Amino acid sequence: MNDIDNFSQPTEKKSLFASRKKIYVRSVTGTFQNWRVTILLLILIVFYGVPWLTWGDRPAVLLDLAARKFYFLGVVFWPQDVIYLTALLLLSAYLLFLFTAIAGRLFCGYACPQTIYTELLMWIERKIEGDRNAQIKLDASPWSAQKIGKRAGKHLLWLLIALWSGITFVGYFVPIRELLPMLPFTISGWSLFFLLLFAAMVYFLSGLMREQVCKFMCPYARFQSVMFDRDTMIVTYDTARGEPRGVRSRKSKDSGAVLGDCVDCALCVHVCPTGIDIRNGLQYECIGCGACIDACDSVMKKLAFSLGLVRYATENAIEYGYDKAQMMKRILRPRTLVYIVILLAITVAVAVSLFLRNPLRVDVLRDRGVMARETVPGVIENVYRLQIMNTEEAPHAFTIKVEGLPGINVVAELSQPIHIAAEEARMIPVSVHFALPREGWDAGTYPITFTVMATDKAKMTRTEKSTFMVPKN
Amino acid sequence: MMSDFTSGFWSTYIVVFTVLAVIFCFLLLTIMGGGDKKSPDETTHVWDGDLTERNNPLPNWWRGLFVGLLVFTIGYLIYYPGLGSFPGIGNWSSVGQFEEEMKDLDAQTKPLYDRYLMMSVQQVAADSEAIGMAERLFLNNCAQCHGSDAKGSVGFPNLRSGAWSWGGTPEAIRESIAEGRTGLMTPLDGILSESATTQVIAYVRSFSGLEHDAAAAAAGQPLFVENCSACHGEYGRGVPEVGGPDLTDNVWVFGSSERAIRESVVNGRNMDLTEGTQAMPAHKELLSQGKVHLLTAYVWGLTNR
Repeated sequence: MNDIDNFSQPTEKKSLFASRKKIYVRSVTGTFQNWRVTILLLILIVFYGVPWLTWGDRPAVLLDLAARKFYFLGVVFWPQDVIYLTALLLLSAYLLFLFTAIAGRLFCGYACPQTIYTELLMWIERKIEGDRNAQIKLDASPWSAQKIGKRAGKHLLWLLIALWSGITFVGYFVPIRELLPMLPFTISGWSLFFLLLFAAMVYFLSGLMREQVCKFMCPYARFQSVMFDRDTMIVTYDTARGEPRGVRSRKSKDSGAVLGDCVDCALCVHVCPTGIDIRNGLQYECIGCGACIDACDSVMKKLAFSLGLVRYATENAIEYGYDKAQMMKRILRPRTLVYIVILLAITVAVAVSLFLRNPLRVDVLRDRGVMARETVPGVIENVYRLQIMNTEEAPHAFTIKVEGLPGINVVAELSQPIHIAAEEARMIPVSVHFALPREGWDAGTYPITFTVMATDKAKMTRTEKSTFMVPKN
Repeated sequence: MMSDFTSGFWSTYIVVFTVLAVIFCFLLLTIMGGGDKKSPDETTHVWDGDLTERNNPLPNWWRGLFVGLLVFTIGYLIYYPGLGSFPGIGNWSSVGQFEEEMKDLDAQTKPLYDRYLMMSVQQVAADSEAIGMAERLFLNNCAQCHGSDAKGSVGFPNLRSGAWSWGGTPEAIRESIAEGRTGLMTPLDGILSESATTQVIAYVRSFSGLEHDAAAAAAGQPLFVENCSACHGEYGRGVPEVGGPDLTDNVWVFGSSERAIRESVVNGRNMDLTEGTQAMPAHKELLSQGKVHLLTAYVWGLTNR
């Protein structure tokens, strides 16, 4: 019980700085832990697996920073598509808002990489050093060959996982099948830097620092609290039912009349990855993993008490004694409805724009050196640069057409169609001629349009505006 | 360097503040760390009567990070420029880094350019990959004056016209790009009277079949031979050795109107260049030999396909 006291009682802190107290987390099984493990495995499988998928002769997902192109299945995103990144970030943000408004720090407890890797590395630790009590004993025991062996094995396995994670992470940016043969000596400096950085993050943050990251470093942990309201389901101890807590003897059945349902077994504290006592109420350290719920339920089951002394419940539900249905009904409240509507809107907008996305991009720039010139008497020439980007992974030929003035045309010297290789952007100088009609034409600036059209794909057509200048005589 | 910084005052000012800031941060980490012995868990800060600031101690590893940052700061200020005008013992400068990176880049692209340098201008002009590179070089370095389509504008030669004041051979083009050119037209104000000027202009316009007064043109012929043939040739066909343009090809760098030609004759052209500058600047200092080679092939290829 010694280490629990550190959390439940104000300690004699005389300094503005404190040393970390190691938290020994006891393993626990139950409904919510099954969910956690399932989600954890899913995310890990996706994370480690995706870099190995191929699409044609390239990785299916590749963020090629050097070429500034992001490959995702059959689509190539160019820097001009940054709006999709914005949309992705917006989607993630609103999903976080929605989940947090409904059930608190679901992300922290179930899907955050820090949580996932901490769980994974703790699982390894338990396999080698044993569960909580064995770990405490091992720490207290003097150094022996066995202790050194266990420690070395643990850290070695952690480092291997960390390194493989680093390789996988860089594998999203450099094709992983090309990356592996380059290890360890011919890999580029930056790749190696990020490989080691990610590996170090896994090893230090998830292996050694654990809850310190959530408590002191993570900004999401802080600002998720402001998304809570009184109808947010959070991991809650039912004080009215549990108090007064107390250890009871198996013989005196009637002690339940005096004591609440909490038998003060401290299991909820032992399983908590941040080392808090959920019975102290909502605390900023709580990552909402539900470990204490599973732990308490297992005890309640043994004692044949009803489950849910610690459970997901809203503040209102505890205060007004709502039943489950009443509590669930309040999930749909203005705040969550607004989030859902925004999420739907963004999703639809992204889907539609992805579906309609034109792999051809065109920019028209008026030439900086030439305003307008008369080639032969009565024919005015303007010069433009057309930046034509073929973002597709196939070459295309394009024709350029100009419209907006009677008889205006692209000069014949430009050999059309223009061939542009796969994923190439070319700057094409284009001269445009306008023969002044006999009856005369006012000097000035006239709006014209350029239409660039792929000869073999109707979808790849773009019309861009520009101006044509007719100079004074 | 700006005059503000010549006195050394501002340098000292920055040094003093930087050093004080480092010392202040160090003291903050050590003295504050001692804490208030009287009240272990609460500070004495109370607002609105009952709002008390509690002590939530910072983890020691975090404090360690602060100390690490201070050490890094000191190392940085010693190695890199940052402490006033002290240049740092690492001799780092942004210009130096830029030059180093450019050197690396040049070394990287050198084999590519070397391959093209082995080829003749004609061969390069027929290589579509090389011409693609050359086109980008042209758009970045030449199009400001000669236009994106290389047809120039008033005062800037049209490179697609087939008219070459300095010659259109690959060698001549290369020299134009690398060494630059200045075609000087001497002002004839005071040498030719106004009526003589009108006659010379009529004669010059007659070369290209432009509208002119036949009698004036005939009178202008001897005046032309006497005053203009040194650079433009006896028959107005130009003298590439001195950059005297051909006046018979109906290609006009400065315009064909009578007014434009009069301006050329009376006031000359390119007479107002500052000493040491050229009408067409030399690019050998700006562009590598390989780039000049590619550009030569590009410009030559515009009229020799």
